[in-house]
Amino acid sequence: MISARISRAVPYVYIAPAVLVMAAGLLWPIAKAAQLSFYDWGMGTPWETARWTGTEAFVAMLGSPQVWTSLAVTLAFVVLAVAAEMCLGVALALFLERPVRGMRVFRTIFVLPMMIAPICVGLIWRYLFDASYGPINHLTGLFGIAPRSWLAAPETAFLAMVVTDIWQWTPFVFIMALAALQGMDTAVTEAARIDGASTWQTIFLVKLPIIKPILIVTLLMRMIDGFRGLEVIYVMTFGGPGQATDLFSLHIYKAAFVSQKLGVASALSILLLAIVTLLSLAVLLAANPLRRRESD
Amino acid sequence: MRRLDALVHYLILTALSVVCLLPVIVLALTAFKTERQIFDTSWSWFFMPTMDNFRAVIEDGHIDRYLKNSLVISIAATAITLLFGTMCAYALARFRFLGRGTLSYGTLVLRTLPPAVLAVPVFVIWSTWGINDTLSGVILVYVALNLPFTIWLLYGFIEQVPEELEEAAAIDGCGPFRVFWVVILPLLKPGLAAAAIFTFRLAWNEFILSFILTNRHTRTLPASISNYITDTGVEWGKIMAAGVLIALPPLVFTFVAAKQIITGLTAGAVKG
Repeated sequence: MISARISRAVPYVYIAPAVLVMAAGLLWPIAKAAQLSFYDWGMGTPWETARWTGTEAFVAMLGSPQVWTSLAVTLAFVVLAVAAEMCLGVALALFLERPVRGMRVFRTIFVLPMMIAPICVGLIWRYLFDASYGPINHLTGLFGIAPRSWLAAPETAFLAMVVTDIWQWTPFVFIMALAALQGMDTAVTEAARIDGASTWQTIFLVKLPIIKPILIVTLLMRMIDGFRGLEVIYVMTFGGPGQATDLFSLHIYKAAFVSQKLGVASALSILLLAIVTLLSLAVLLAANPLRRRESD
Repeated sequence: MRRLDALVHYLILTALSVVCLLPVIVLALTAFKTERQIFDTSWSWFFMPTMDNFRAVIEDGHIDRYLKNSLVISIAATAITLLFGTMCAYALARFRFLGRGTLSYGTLVLRTLPPAVLAVPVFVIWSTWGINDTLSGVILVYVALNLPFTIWLLYGFIEQVPEELEEAAAIDGCGPFRVFWVVILPLLKPGLAAAAIFTFRLAWNEFILSFILTNRHTRTLPASISNYITDTGVEWGKIMAAGVLIALPPLVFTFVAAKQIITGLTAGAVKG
């Protein structure tokens, strides 16, 4: 191996810049959030005025109905949106699996909603759902349905948020499932066909089990994104009306920069970090790029 | 029967494309409408396009300044991330050293760190370090956020480069750093392209951290959007014009490099 011939310091020279940046920009802030969660401190005031409050912020967090509402909203959003995206995306991939001419153009178009800024996505859909001049009201009007203030009522605002996410992320599931299906060994489906399996049997007993690991990773990645996202909803509703669309990440932002409760916001950050890290570890269990290579 | 099949196939694909594109087209069309046309209760496809909104955001909105900030931040963040990320991925793939396991698992877990977790502490730390309201402060947090994904993506690409190639170069008298630049780097082009697009996308599109970490001089394009949302409502014409400017580079990337984007999207789960 090459490494035997050169100084032991070489790998550390290679990793040093990246490690330093990640330490300063990710690890140190995480440690700071943990520290801040034990203090009552106002932004802009000197650190000496900070008051040690112990676990008060965590107790306040767990006792706050708003926090639980926000968690419930986020969970409902993740379950609903991700379930719809998985079903739609996988169904479409199964149906459109056969390679056709021009698929590259279509795939390019499907990537678009994921590439444009979340803030633009929020803007677009806020406009589409607008009560007085939104194109969606115009469209439903063609069918004789009276215009509605979609984003002003809790139920429809929540549904609007789900619809927007489905629009933006179903293509992701579709592309992942399609890549998985097209990477499958055709001999397997061929064998199933010769054995007389029906189309449905082939799908449920052969194809889906084979691509299951990839679908699980896709599912977990979408769930993680559900907990991470706040920009689309920041522009669309800012969490309202009431708390109808108060996603957890947005809730943290508001606790810190609207209510100015740094301690509670930090405690919430730690909770969010725990949730996302758990999901992230689940991704590693499902598909670990390190372990797979070493076993090859 | 086969032809009917193909027809149905294309019909569905076309319908899906329309669904994907329509909202983006609405954004573009609205940006070229006058206030009166926008507030019209019925949606119109055909109208006399106006440049007024773009003129307004450029002349009164200082959008040229935000555009410049966004460009500087995105380009610098992408360049630094690629450089540091490639170096780190190379060390992880090619050397056995103390701390290698911690570093590789650490990056895998940090890949999904929510920006909302960083918002409060980064704001506080950047203030004490005096890099609040500076472009370099924003660049630092974007590089940090992008590194885990970049390292992990490039790691997969470097693994596929046969080690014999490097050994041959070493025998020919190449030092370890020259091996990296002359042998490895050129073979990583597809991976680097994918990593560059995803890093640029995050830096260009990101809103919340930029909004917190900048002032009106250092604001980026997405963060400037908030200027057009007031208590009395949204200035739709202007905000859509700004939205078009924000959406443009990612749109161009998508059409130029869709293949690399799909590589980046599927790299984690599908093969690699």
